[in-house]
Amino acid sequence: MYNAGKIIPGLLIFLGLVTFPFWSNLGRAYDVPELVMPEAEEECVLAGDWMRANHMILLDDWRDLAVRDNKRLFTNDAGKRFDMSLTKTCLSSQCHANKDTFCDRCHDALAITPNCWDCHVVPTIGEE
Amino acid sequence: MAVWYSLLLVLGMSLFVYLGAGLLGLQAIFGIVVPYAAILVFLIGFSMRILGWARSPVPFRIPTTAGQQKSLGWIKPSKVDSPYTTWGVVGRMAMEVLLFRSLFRNTKAELTEGKLAYGSSKWLWLFGILFHYTFLTIVIRHLRFFTEPVPFFVQALDRVDGMLQIGSPVIYQTDVILVAALLFLLIRRLVNPQMRYLSLPADYFPLFLILGIALTGIMMRYFAVFKVDLLSVKVLAMGLATFNPTIPEGIGVMFYIHLFLFSALLAYFPFSKLMHLGGVFLSPTRNLPNDSRMARHVNPWNAPVKVHTYEHYEDDFREKMIEADLPVEKQA
Repeated sequence: MYNAGKIIPGLLIFLGLVTFPFWSNLGRAYDVPELVMPEAEEECVLAGDWMRANHMILLDDWRDLAVRDNKRLFTNDAGKRFDMSLTKTCLSSQCHANKDTFCDRCHDALAITPNCWDCHVVPTIGEE
Repeated sequence: MAVWYSLLLVLGMSLFVYLGAGLLGLQAIFGIVVPYAAILVFLIGFSMRILGWARSPVPFRIPTTAGQQKSLGWIKPSKVDSPYTTWGVVGRMAMEVLLFRSLFRNTKAELTEGKLAYGSSKWLWLFGILFHYTFLTIVIRHLRFFTEPVPFFVQALDRVDGMLQIGSPVIYQTDVILVAALLFLLIRRLVNPQMRYLSLPADYFPLFLILGIALTGIMMRYFAVFKVDLLSVKVLAMGLATFNPTIPEGIGVMFYIHLFLFSALLAYFPFSKLMHLGGVFLSPTRNLPNDSRMARHVNPWNAPVKVHTYEHYEDDFREKMIEADLPVEKQA
């Protein structure tokens, strides 16, 4: 073996970098974030499973419909009607009143910084 | 032929996962066994290749030079393009690895008006470097699935990457650039007859494979039909990282195709041209100083040769040489 003094440390540095996910988590277990579900309401505007993966698309559509086309009424598959509003419908006191224990739990875990709250007020003032 | 063979291989693998993880429900194999096996093959295979190269002797200096060699004091040497010090080599390697400097010198030969003409051709360099840096960014960004809490640099990178804030979830610039660069690298091989003639499955397959990884990822992120619950993905990823693997319910089959294609890339890596990741550092034409005129490099395993120098010869025959009036260097 030639130039082992340079090649071996270089290889070890590379192996250290690519195994970062493994050694940085050594001896740790992952606590799955628990979401606090609303007590008053049973059903979301659409099926829960679908919402878990697709809520951002729905909210984006709602925003465009409300802001650009002035359409503010959403009818779901069951024929139930909702106000297309993040603050008044989703984050209402009946549903996900607490952003910290619902929205942020997943977003923080996945380093997602949605720009919803650049405009929307988080409705906590009414509760306190 | 090589194109179709490579494309079919990637499509076939996707179909294989669709059948296995999607229809037969073998998520444990595609979500746990395959990734672990691929990582093992990658780590061991990569190390073996590097150690194999390290065993190859390079007794003499064979750098490719692109500048004036160090010689007489009044001739200005090129410190980086014909390096003669360790720091010169380090500078040259850094520019090669980080900026693809030798590819920047890429030229194109063309017949214009019956004459052969060479011109600068930077497209390959541009799309090559775009591909490599966007791919690196995407790999680092994926650390958000493997760390808790997510490190600052991953969050910062994520935010910079999505800073255009188009749509929801926001479009990553790297996703767009990566696919564009991959398509350029692929089309370059297809439209030019000479390139096409000398392209092999080993050239097309990694391109299609990475394109497959990118497209499955993009479909999962931006298209409602294929979207998956990211938190479940993180649970699976953290399970792998903490050696406590679990298969959460309800992750779409698109995720398993994405994961399998990436596992295939990892496992294929040590046996392929992709090893230039490690090989670039071990290229004797780049990492050696051009100092053959400053230091004598003796082949270390030369067989010992019994030599009879002129001085010894003269010692043996000096008197006879003087008698015959032959000139001698040392008088008796």
